[in-house]
Amino acid sequence: MKRVVITGVGMHPFGRFEGVSTTDMGVQAVRAALKQAEVGRGGFQAAFCGTAYGGVATGHKVLSRLGMTGMPIVDVEAGCASGGAALMLAAGAIRAGQYDTVLVFGTEKMPKGIIRSTFFEPWQEEAGLAATPAFFGLRAHRLSINSGVTKAHLAQVVVKNRRHGSSNPDAMYQKEISAEEVLASRVVCEPLHLFMLCSPNEGAAAVVLTRDDLAGPSGLVPINLAGAVLRSHLPGAVLSESTPLSGLVDDSVPSPSTLAATAAFAEAGLGPDDLDVVECQDTDAARELLSYEELGLCEPGGSAALLESGATAMGGRLPVNPSGGLLSKGEPLGASALGQVVELVRQLRGECGARQVDGARVALSHTVGRGANAGVVVLTR
Amino acid sequence: MRVMVKEGLFTDGAPPALLGSRCDACGAHHFPRHDTCPYCSTEDPVPVELSRTGELWSWTAVTAPPPGYAGETPYGVGVVELPEGIRVISRLTESDPAQLSLGCPMELQVVPLHTDADGNDVITFAFAPRSAS
Repeated sequence: MKRVVITGVGMHPFGRFEGVSTTDMGVQAVRAALKQAEVGRGGFQAAFCGTAYGGVATGHKVLSRLGMTGMPIVDVEAGCASGGAALMLAAGAIRAGQYDTVLVFGTEKMPKGIIRSTFFEPWQEEAGLAATPAFFGLRAHRLSINSGVTKAHLAQVVVKNRRHGSSNPDAMYQKEISAEEVLASRVVCEPLHLFMLCSPNEGAAAVVLTRDDLAGPSGLVPINLAGAVLRSHLPGAVLSESTPLSGLVDDSVPSPSTLAATAAFAEAGLGPDDLDVVECQDTDAARELLSYEELGLCEPGGSAALLESGATAMGGRLPVNPSGGLLSKGEPLGASALGQVVELVRQLRGECGARQVDGARVALSHTVGRGANAGVVVLTR
Repeated sequence: MRVMVKEGLFTDGAPPALLGSRCDACGAHHFPRHDTCPYCSTEDPVPVELSRTGELWSWTAVTAPPPGYAGETPYGVGVVELPEGIRVISRLTESDPAQLSLGCPMELQVVPLHTDADGNDVITFAFAPRSAS
């Protein structure tokens, strides 16, 4: 089986950009990634584009602008894990020998406010049962019962990630915030306050994948794509991202994030103890803590203690969301997973300046959302 | 006229009930009714009325109207465990989370949601704390 490396990454910052189209942002990210990988027109044999709200042929519009078409271009929708899904498809095709080099990108302009999703039926909206933050609140409440997570812990996650994000030029919020400010923001759905929720927004990210024996002579360290896995949910968990109306009285059903992480670790031949840096889904502050448990960064029930230990803050044993996470960057669905991968490639190359995790050699990216879809990517240098 | 937010989810009798199904192959219960069991893929589960009472497992309140919603805010949302071994997502009649507690006994009610463009009173299902019913 062929091994896959990442030879180029590019970003359009995440934020709100009046007058800049989904295509414009994609073009910027793709140009940057191709340039870094020293790949030009005709240099890749397929392209996968992650997007959830981009509309028909989002990927084609970006590559048409660059005069780079003719190869298969496939848009990939997997909710919050769209970019991870695109990466998995690209990596699989290279490993199988179908292509040598594949372009993967994601671009998105999200509507403002609570995400309105065609996923729900109209009656669910009418009955008030399609309020996404309510599901986050219910999940956060269960985390308080099962893991002793308090509002102070939730505020601490926000403070940590916003501190990390303060030195990320690609983040939407680059200003630190205090726990008092977080707790003074209005309650959206108990126990979650407004500043504990990430903002849906806009942005793009791109990655060039190639067979390791074809990686060019550029001065950049090629980063190994050691595992790239997408999983959906198993039925039974009532608060799963698949948002069913009922589930079983059974807490043993593994989450899609756990399924994806287990498979990605197996693919990479690595485990949670090998990780140096993690970017995980922090749609809300509780989601980050739940991710610690689902990804095996701590024992079930141990997320509050792991946070309290300082291990997941910059300078700790295993910094989580050095980019500032979605709480600082905001969440453009199709681009968010690849935004994590761009950050981690830069971390593994040692390019991150003030937010550099020293000596990072093994990194994990995690996205999860509607579907349910969970994507986990393991990178090594 | 009194109309349900969606037909086939609950009955509007005294007392009301949630309309679920039970898989005879694996024994699991479902809400709403399924035509294939999500747990074992066996077809044609048996239609059943689910228990009217259960225990509160998680809860919150929505403080601002989400897209597509025309009812009052704040309103409660929770998860109630039924004796059939399932957890159901539902509106709650209690919109102050501080008034509720884990394992609190809950009872099914039918409640008004809003008045639609044709002047109909739209109703839906909700769980209420039993002490308050």
